[in-house]
Amino acid sequence: MAIEIAQDLPASERRKLLDIWETAPGIYGWLATVDHKKIGVRYLCTAFFFLVIGGVEALLMRIQLAQPGLKLLSPEAYNQLFSMHGVTMIFLYALPMLSGFSNYLWPLLLGSRDMAFPRLNALSYWVYLFAGIFLYISFPLGQAPNGGWFNYVPNTELQYDPGINIDIYSLGLIFLGISTVVGSANFVVTVLRCRAPGMSVNRLPILVWGTLTASVANLLAVPAVSLACFLLWMDRRYFTHFYVISGGGQPLLWQHLFWVFGHPWVYALVLPGMGIVSDALPVFCRRPLVGYTLVAISTVSTMILGFGVWVHHMFATGLPVVALSFFSAASFVIAIPSAIAVFAWIATIWTGRPQFKTPFLFFAGFILLFVIGGVSGFMTASVALDWQLTDTYFIVAHLHYVLLGINVFPVVGGIHFWFPKITGRMMDERLGKWTFWTMFIGFNLAFFPMHLIGLMGMPRRVYTYSAELGVGGYNLLISAGAFLLAAGILLLLVNIVRSRTLGAVAGPNPWDAPTLEWSVSSPPPPYNFAVIPVIASRHPLWEDRLDETTDRSTVHGGLVLDEGKETVGVTVLDAEPDVILKMPGDTLVPLLTALGMMVIFCGMLLINFWVVGAGAVWTAMVLLVWLAPRDHAAKERPAVHG
Amino acid sequence: MKRSAAGLFSLLMLSNCARAPLGYLEGEGPAARSIASLGWGLLGISVAVCLITGALLVFSIFRRRAQTDGLGRGDDRSSLRWIGVGLSVTTVLLLASAVWTLWTVRGLSDTSRAAEVNIDVTGQQWWWEVRYRSDTPSREFSTANDLVIPAGVPVQLNLRSRDVVHSFWVPKLAGKMDMIPGQTNRIRIEADRPGIYRGQCSEFCGVQHAQMAFFVIALAPADFQTWWNHQLEPARNDPKAIPQQTFIERCSGCHAIRGLPAGGILGPNLSHFGSRRTIAAGILPNDSGNLAHWLNDSQGVKPGSKMPELHLAANQVDALTAYLEGLK
Amino acid sequence: MADIHLAETSLPVGGQELISTRWWGMMCLIATEGILFVYLIFAYAYLGSQSPGAWPPAGPPSLALSAPDTVVLVASSFLLGWGARRGANKARLQLALAGTFVLGTIFLVVQGFEWAAKPFTLKTNAYSAIYFTLTGFHMAHVVVGLLMLLVLMGWSVSGRLNRHPECAFLGTLYWHFVDVVWLAVFTAIYLFPRFS
Repeated sequence: MAIEIAQDLPASERRKLLDIWETAPGIYGWLATVDHKKIGVRYLCTAFFFLVIGGVEALLMRIQLAQPGLKLLSPEAYNQLFSMHGVTMIFLYALPMLSGFSNYLWPLLLGSRDMAFPRLNALSYWVYLFAGIFLYISFPLGQAPNGGWFNYVPNTELQYDPGINIDIYSLGLIFLGISTVVGSANFVVTVLRCRAPGMSVNRLPILVWGTLTASVANLLAVPAVSLACFLLWMDRRYFTHFYVISGGGQPLLWQHLFWVFGHPWVYALVLPGMGIVSDALPVFCRRPLVGYTLVAISTVSTMILGFGVWVHHMFATGLPVVALSFFSAASFVIAIPSAIAVFAWIATIWTGRPQFKTPFLFFAGFILLFVIGGVSGFMTASVALDWQLTDTYFIVAHLHYVLLGINVFPVVGGIHFWFPKITGRMMDERLGKWTFWTMFIGFNLAFFPMHLIGLMGMPRRVYTYSAELGVGGYNLLISAGAFLLAAGILLLLVNIVRSRTLGAVAGPNPWDAPTLEWSVSSPPPPYNFAVIPVIASRHPLWEDRLDETTDRSTVHGGLVLDEGKETVGVTVLDAEPDVILKMPGDTLVPLLTALGMMVIFCGMLLINFWVVGAGAVWTAMVLLVWLAPRDHAAKERPAVHG
Repeated sequence: MKRSAAGLFSLLMLSNCARAPLGYLEGEGPAARSIASLGWGLLGISVAVCLITGALLVFSIFRRRAQTDGLGRGDDRSSLRWIGVGLSVTTVLLLASAVWTLWTVRGLSDTSRAAEVNIDVTGQQWWWEVRYRSDTPSREFSTANDLVIPAGVPVQLNLRSRDVVHSFWVPKLAGKMDMIPGQTNRIRIEADRPGIYRGQCSEFCGVQHAQMAFFVIALAPADFQTWWNHQLEPARNDPKAIPQQTFIERCSGCHAIRGLPAGGILGPNLSHFGSRRTIAAGILPNDSGNLAHWLNDSQGVKPGSKMPELHLAANQVDALTAYLEGLK
Repeated sequence: MADIHLAETSLPVGGQELISTRWWGMMCLIATEGILFVYLIFAYAYLGSQSPGAWPPAGPPSLALSAPDTVVLVASSFLLGWGARRGANKARLQLALAGTFVLGTIFLVVQGFEWAAKPFTLKTNAYSAIYFTLTGFHMAHVVVGLLMLLVLMGWSVSGRLNRHPECAFLGTLYWHFVDVVWLAVFTAIYLFPRFS
């Protein structure tokens, strides 16, 4: 049978696709949608909400620390705040924010109609939301986790922390871990299967490399912290002796399990952010990224090395010197791939023509903050020097430079960059520049002096400090800077809210960017692409002007796939079309599964096994409905092209 | 310009250090000095890297370019070569830093000079139990929170914990070492000369982690021997004295004083309390007014500490204060 | 035009091929659950390496029940693999599913006896804690496997499995995974103490 390759789809065809793909209206649609774009936006909004909450927690802490000896917060209140600030930012903001971007963008970047597992996608969001609620129930109960985000034992054992604070922490993290693992599996399988024909591995955007790497890492790292938390919960409620020394338990077992997870996790929090910059910075330099292959390799190698450095969080625990030396050396080596990426970005700017739009400012600022965070990390890699630096504000400076510098700044730049695509409107450019400078100055004012007070020996995780330390003046400056940074976030929020209704209308490609998401309307139709694109290079929309080869991608001629919700599956390396994948429609099953899991975890918190049992039975039944394979009309179909 | 910026930075650091009792960029003992020089070296490299990369970034943004429209495409070979240059420099710096680090670690692990004094320091929420060891058991004694050592010689500390993980840190003399229940970590400290060096718990250990400080007091070796002998002297045991009776009645459940029938081990040993520098683990300078304040309102000074509100009468507070301050 | 063969005349619909989306999903599940057991065995080894006394405190656990039990589980994997092979007819598959279910249940029951016969409880010491937790996590995965076998049996009876044979294949993968994990756990807890 001859294949039709039409140049574009007529309106009636588009209408048909719209009917197939559009989410049902009303509350049912809101609860049952599996559209990756809607789920992505939910992730972004929920993560932003937690960013603000975590920020408020920080501001309260900074008020207490503005001067030595203040008594505005009790020690217990402060300890709950600093613990929840860490938990919120690291678990409820940083990764979900990046998941939001990846969820929204991946199918559009990859030329697909959805992720590989749309229902799993919805589940990962609902579980994230419920786990966040589970963790935050602790505050109104006055029992928020108070052992730090790192939750060392024996301080968090029942004997020293008798309330339910730590039970909420342990069970909450296990619960949240389900969302992370499930979401990571979705990303991994999506990139292996759901790409446009021709999108071979060497044509993947770096954001895809970053999130893919982070997702593989999360699949392997999250079980460590889930196990650590489970064993702690057992110690606390079933009087086991995993970490309790009477009976042979080992406090350091917690630290090993936690940091085997914790170190790869922090790379998962930043590699997608680096990917955002690697993809979006070149747009504002009007040229492709320099050293694409090097940057992709550096992304993967950073993550692999990231599994071999965890003991650098334990340098002062008295481990044998040989072991410490190995991990110190590895911690130096891990700087090498990062350095490659920094040089690649600078080279891209150097050989390009910078455009001083708001996203560019955030990406350029990010490079500087990355380097500062990187060198403070380099200093802590030295085990001998770390024996002085660890547990001081020097580390607080380092971690905030890398986390805000390599996660928040790219995220905010990414918000300005992709806002037009998501909403169809441009953000206000002038307000954007004000946002950048306020955030940049506020951030450096808040966190740069922390290097100094750290070198002056101010310890971390303290609710107050003595005037004799001589750090009162700097602390006041830091607190002021924190408020300025918060003002910048407020400006961002104002810009987002205003621009949704008042922003200039954006066309498909307001930035003249090269990747596939800019080939569809803003916002994209529910089905993303009317026909599945065919890809010939890394920058499909720039091919004509770059003229590197004669091959051309096309978004106007490709597989139509309109017999129901469908997208194409491809081979792993070369992206040859392989199968027509049937995608699920709206369904309440993911929400119901998440509710069942919530019941299970609440039952465990209450140590009530009737409740746990009820939740388990419910979850199992819903999963049965979910996993039952659906029948398709045809086993094979001719590949109709539009 | 870069050099003056670096110089200004160093000046800023040094001037701060003089006023920073917990600062460690200037060591007052061999371990701390060795780490400090490593610290300055790595700090110097870090500052240089930031300044150079920052300059490259700024230059790359603002450098003059031919004004053209359209997209850049171009031969990236020279860029890749420069990336190679940057990578090589980075690798050399990292390698040198790693070698320097391992060299420093080797030096810090050197135990060729025998430790002259052996002290068990046990952290507990939220104070420091200190026991001086001796080959002659009768010459051993306990004290708390003040760590007196002889200057100019290595001192071995055996670090333990009675409850949660703490960390022993006296930055001017040495790096940190954790105190982990169930194991003994050893560290050597040495002060170049007599002086007072501030210390702080450096692992979050609960509600009063922030107020778990201590002081290391280094004495000339001869003075140290005198001090040791003095510590062995028991307090005068006068069962009829009211202050002593009050102490036995209200305090000895947790506290001990050498020479008295007071053997509480839950709280700090109060022998020779009058000669201690601070009260409540480095929180209040030790004088009558502060001691009275502590006895009246321990939970106000250190909320959550294990020292309960005693609800003593004013005359009891006065008696105890005078008594304890008299234990020199 | 791009260098992709658009001249494919037809494409299969849905994931019935061997390396399908669901197969990758199962691989992710196996990877993440597998590494969980790696961490559990690490915890076992760490607690042992730091133990002041002998490890295990009462000497290596007995092979009297656990060795035959291991044989039972391995046999069940072979049985299921035989029954779920491509081209197997419905009767063979159902026999294999039922047989594997029985063998899996025997495995659990024998383990239950072993647990009951232990001189220590969960609270006794670090060894007992990690022993029960490690074997307990494995047993939980076996229970999930048994439920899965029941579901597959139901789908086979209703005919659904005929139309979607890949589900049986995925189930087999999971069951093999459970088997391999047991071999690792068995080696760590029962064999290794005898050789070190």
